[in-house]
Parts: sequence; C-alpha cells; structure tokens
Amino acid sequence: MQIKESPETFDVIIVGSGAGGGMATKILSEAGLNIAVIEAGPFYDPADPVSRTQLKWSYESPRRGASTTRPFGDFDAAYGGWDIEGEPYTKKNGTEFDWFRSRMLGGRTNHWGRISLRFGPLDFKRKSIDGLGDNWPISYDDVKPYYDKVDKLIGVFGSKENLPNDPDGFFLPAPKPRLHEMYYIKGARKANIPVYPSRLSILTKPINDSRGVCFYCGQCSRSCSVYADFSSGSCLIFPAQKSGGQIKLYTDSMVREVVTDDSGKATGVIFINKLDRKEYKLNAKVIVLAASACSTARILLNSKSKVHKDGLGNSSGLVGKYLHDSTGTNRMAFVPELMNRETYNEDGVGGMHVYTPWWGNDKKLNFPRGYHIESWGGLGMPSYGFGFDANALNKFVGGQVGGYGNALRNDVKKFYGSVIGLAGRGESIPVESNYCEIDPDVVDEWGIPVLRFHYKWSEYEKLQANHMHETFEEIFDGMGAEALGDRPSKEDDYGLLAPGRIIHEVGTTRMGDDPKKSVTNKYQQLHDVDNVFIVDAGPFVSQADKNPTWTILALSWRTCDYIVSELKKQNI
Amino acid sequence: MNRRDSIKSILLGSVATGLVINGCTTKTSSVDGLPEVKETPLYGRTEKEILRDQELFESDFFNEHELATIAVLCDIILPKSDPYVSATEAGVKEFIDFIVRDMEDQQIPLRGGIMWLDSFSNKLYNKEFIACTNEEQYDICDRIAYPEKTKPELIQGEVFFTRIRNLTLTGFYTSKEGIKELGYKGNTPNIWDGVPEEVLKKHGFEYEEAWLAKCVDQSNRGDIAKWDDEGNLIS
Repeated sequence: MQIKESPETFDVIIVGSGAGGGMATKILSEAGLNIAVIEAGPFYDPADPVSRTQLKWSYESPRRGASTTRPFGDFDAAYGGWDIEGEPYTKKNGTEFDWFRSRMLGGRTNHWGRISLRFGPLDFKRKSIDGLGDNWPISYDDVKPYYDKVDKLIGVFGSKENLPNDPDGFFLPAPKPRLHEMYYIKGARKANIPVYPSRLSILTKPINDSRGVCFYCGQCSRSCSVYADFSSGSCLIFPAQKSGGQIKLYTDSMVREVVTDDSGKATGVIFINKLDRKEYKLNAKVIVLAASACSTARILLNSKSKVHKDGLGNSSGLVGKYLHDSTGTNRMAFVPELMNRETYNEDGVGGMHVYTPWWGNDKKLNFPRGYHIESWGGLGMPSYGFGFDANALNKFVGGQVGGYGNALRNDVKKFYGSVIGLAGRGESIPVESNYCEIDPDVVDEWGIPVLRFHYKWSEYEKLQANHMHETFEEIFDGMGAEALGDRPSKEDDYGLLAPGRIIHEVGTTRMGDDPKKSVTNKYQQLHDVDNVFIVDAGPFVSQADKNPTWTILALSWRTCDYIVSELKKQNI
Repeated sequence: MNRRDSIKSILLGSVATGLVINGCTTKTSSVDGLPEVKETPLYGRTEKEILRDQELFESDFFNEHELATIAVLCDIILPKSDPYVSATEAGVKEFIDFIVRDMEDQQIPLRGGIMWLDSFSNKLYNKEFIACTNEEQYDICDRIAYPEKTKPELIQGEVFFTRIRNLTLTGFYTSKEGIKELGYKGNTPNIWDGVPEEVLKKHGFEYEEAWLAKCVDQSNRGDIAKWDDEGNLIS
C-alpha cells in the first residue's frame, strides 16, 4: 500500500507529548499556529475515571500493586518501562544501558517524581571549573526568565534560600516535614550537611482556577485526577486545547523519520499508525522533535536522504553521542527510635518534603561535580513486598528473627514506619564514547530500526557513588540509625546503578556554537536544517545533578519563542 | 467519558481534536476543597493488562492438595487472634493462588517446597503435612522457621518457609483487614499540616519557626498564589 498523505500542511508538527512537546504545543498553538502532535502511545487523561489509579487500595489489585506488568507497580502511571514488548533495543560490547519509555499522552510526566530543580549558573559552565566535558553556549541568565515563567505557569513549591548554584524561583509554600524527615534533618545537620524544603511541582495552593490543590494522598506517581501535580497533558496540552488552539492529536502513532526535500529542508514526517499498522505522512513548515533524547536521536539517524547521508542533522557525526544519565545509588537504615510508632495519616505530597542540594562545590574531592540527596520513609500504604523479612530488624534489638504466629503480628506493627531510605542523584561527565546508534540488524515490530547502546561509567562516577555512601553513613550515624545491608564495595562499583536506571538520559543532540562539535545551536535548532528543532533533553550539554524536567520546559519555551519570531521574520 | 469515543481513530482526518476532558475531572466539594472519591470500575488497567489478568484468572496452577497445604501454612503463620482475623479469612490463600500464576518464578519454588514439606513430614510422622496434628505441624515448622538456627540439611525447607511467610504477610497486610489491623490511616483526601504535636514531642522534636515560615498556611490554602517581583508569596 502507498503511504497515505494528508492534504493539509501544518505550521508545526510536534513529535512527542511529554514535557518538551507539551510546552511546545501550548506556546506554539497560543501563537496561532496550526499544530499536529504525534504521540507513540494512547490518549491519557489523569482525570479519566477509567484509567485512574489514584486513591485505589492495594487490595483492588489482585497482585497487590506488584510490578509484574508495570515496573513501578500496578498503580504507577507509566505505560511502558525499561522493556516494551515489540519495541526492543540492543547493547554493544557487553556494556549496559537501560532505556525507560512511557508510551502515552504526556509521556513520563505522568509518573515522575515532580522534583523540579533549576540548573544554577555553575551548571552551564562546568568545563570552566573542572576542565571536563563542555560549557553550554548559553548561561543561567539566558534561561532564568523562562524558569520564572515555568514556575508561574505550572507551579512548584519550595523555599527561598539564596544558594549560589540552586537559584530561587516563584515558589508555592512547602509542606511541613514528616517524622522520618525530622530524623533526616537531625542526622544531616550533625554531619554538617544542609537540608531545605524540597522543590516539587505540586500545588500546595492554587495558581489558577482550572487546576485543583493537593489533597495529600502521596500518590503523584499515579498522576493527579484534580491536576494538582504537573503532567504535560493536564497542565499544557489540555489547557492549550481548551483555549481554542488549532491542535490535532495523533495518538498510537510512532514516527519513523523526518522527510526532507532535495534542498535538504524538512517537509514532514512519516509515522506508523499502531492500530492499523499502516504508514502515514504529514507535512509541515516546521518540525519540532520532543520524542525524548534517545527517541529523537533514533528518528534523526533513521532519516537518511541524499542530502543527509548519515542521518538528519548529523553532519557532525554526533547525533546519539554524549548520552548521559544521572548517577545514582541508594541505602536504607533502621531507626530504632521509630519503633512502635503511633499511626496517623502521613501520606503528605507524592515525594519528599525535605532534601539536600549539593553542598560541596568548594570542597576538594576525588571526583568532579556533585549530587543531591533524596529521602523516603514513613507510614506508607502497604503494597506487595510489605512484610517480607518482617522481623529481620529484630537482630538489632535482640528479638527472634523468623518464626510464625502472633509474635509476627506484633513485630510487623513494631517495625512499621521505622526504616528510612536515602538516594544520591548526581552529575556524570558526558563523553563521546557513551552513545546510542542504529543497530544495523534489528527492527522493532513497526519495522523501524532500533537503537543500540554503548555506555560505560568512568572512575569519576564510581568515586562519586562511593562518596554518596560515605555521606549516607554519616547521616545515619547522626540520626542514630543502623544502616542495612553491606556497604557496596569497589568490586560492585560502589553500588552505582546501571546507566538509564535514574531515567534522566540527556545529551544525544547537544547544543553548541560550533556545528562540528554540536548538533543544534543555542536555540535547539539543527545546525544542518533550519526548520527542525529539538525540545527534549537531547540538546543538554551536561545535566547537572538536577532533574532535567524543569530545564526541558524552560528551554522548550525559549525555543518556541524563537520559532515564532523566526517565522514572523520569514527566516524559516 | 468513553476513551474510545474521545480518541476516535487516528486515521488521517479523523483525529482527536478539541477538548475531550470535559465532565470527568473529579469534582471537589465546596467545604474544604477536598475531592469526593468516586467509585470507578477496576483500577485503571490498560486493555492489554485486563486481557492478561483475565487469562490468569481463568487459568489454574495449584492442585487441591497444594492449596489445602497453603491454607494450613497461612494460618499457622497468621492464626485468628481475636479481634484479628486469620490469614485465610483475609483471603491470603486466594492471593497466593493468584501470585503463583502472575509470577512464573514463584512456581517451582512453591510447588517444590510443598513437596519437600510432605517428604519431610512423611519421614518424621509417616503422613503428609496437612494430615499431621497441630503439634506435629508446629514441630515441623519449628525446624525450618528460624533462619540461622536451621540444620544444614534442612535449609531448603527454611527457604520455602521464608517464602511462604513473606507471601502470607504481604497478602495479609495488603488486605482490607490487614491494613486496618496495621493502623494505616491514609489513602484519603486530607490536609497535611505536619506531624501531630504530641508525636513530635515524644520524639524530642519541634518545628522551628524559621522552617514553619516556609511552609503552607493551610487556613488560606484555597487562595490563588500571587508573588511580588522578587518571588515572595503575597497571598
């Protein structure tokens, strides 16, 4: 069958509906442009009672929320995961990379942790400090006005702290700390490590009259039915539709390639309709790629033509290169003083109420860059896995481990809410030798050549993970807690999680002033083709120890302003 | 809202346009701005997941003897103890019966573990585990229920008992009855305003004034946020 082609020419096609694509949909449609949004997964609205998991009880799931079909459990709002049936990827030379994808409207914004941290002035210019990687072609001052606008448009709670590299914004007030967080504050302060209210995109007060306010169920990972947390659908795409934007939403549609004409300019995209398994073509004046760092690289590399022999925008050979994820490692501890707690509703917001930003910029350390610390604990709703090794903690307090009968009942209640977890999330050094490329031998079920990953952590990241564990133990000591399990050794890379596990992958189409050393310019426009833009995390030159979403949103907005201005000037 | 209606098909020229979310946002009650929780079918499964669960519900794994053995073990692990119900009364047998179909890696250890238990029971008492008296059953469990005290030749039994104990406890404390017994009080719309003061005090804590100044004043949680140019909240 011939490819079906739409007679309509859109002003803009946006590929992907996550943070970057959602923001582009809002800004470009509000500028009066005629938009097509193409999403590889189904429609999803957190308010839809049919797909809602929020406020469901563990026993409503026959597997009690276990992770058999969804990697973060039955109630998590991510359709997808590190493995998607029919959509494989491969790995090269025995290296590791785990690639998480959410196939749904709004993408990963539906389930993410809502940790919304601005990059600081240092984060854009790290090479000037440690000589590693590269500086961004832009600075904090270029992005600040957009961070400010994102804060006000979407809403983020936090506190003004005047920290040099963790800039303040327009914050909603923070929730009060939970009990285990009071222990965390105590322990961290004893270890001379600062703690502040966390910064999450959850509404503790309304910012307009179309979204609800947090009602403290602690379930942002299930996506909020009153839109009190940020997801791309609820905060960007639906409001853009509501305000009359010309937006056509193509769901279950997987883009294979960007089509170019003889001059090399992009004219549209070809996608596969997953429902009828046929190919379609849409045409547009401008293409905005927001498919995620790796999916966008895949589309570009699969868009080969006479003019773009190595793939679209790839004259530098750097599409897919400099892939990097956050570093991460975790440790848990038992807090004896939290035994036999009184129970009360401690769900709070869907994430931590306090956190530690990186405090060591001025310290001499054996690794570059830094990390922030997240914590968890408290009186959560039991789900699958609760009660495993229920009384193993008795070894710390002199009780019997194992057994059966009513003693077990007492132990379960004794230890409920007495464990705290700490997670370090840090900045890695981007290198050209960590990359994704097209696997020459393998296609997915849509016939699209798949990605093959090559990724190795260096000593820098491993030493950073070791430092995280040192810090965790100091904090545990400070709070009178007993660290659980053995501290991971050098042989275990100090517990450093495999790349991709933190789901902050960025850098595959990095920005720069030099077309030989970068894929896009500082407006996230391909050096090679002036009507193709990238608004996911691909253009990140480095990714700080901050979660990427707030920067994706700010940069997407900035790029869209540029697109509108260039269209007005008839430059593209 | 019907998802099929809203998405339509994605054939060209027949796409989901306009707003499709009208009428299905959870309504909030006017009193405190908290939403009413509405009953909804299932718990947000995709069509693929519904199909998979359906297949699991319609399949079998354990035979009657195995299920009877599991029931006995469950109630040895968590017996009825007034006012608390037993594991089987809280549906733990059915839970394990489902999990073994859901998680293939549970199948051999559970099936083989039950067989191991019967072999051991036959050796000691010349009858299968469920045919033993309570005292005999306790005697068998005592030999495999205490990690690090198990005789080396019985470690496989200990591994099995640990597995069945884990599944029993997780099945029980995720059930309606178990959650109540545990005292979990959440999963309901509420207004978090910090740890109850007497609990804080008991742990030797109090909220610092400087910290509280950064926290939400729940008495005006409904007022739309406004900031001055410096980012200071003024509402």
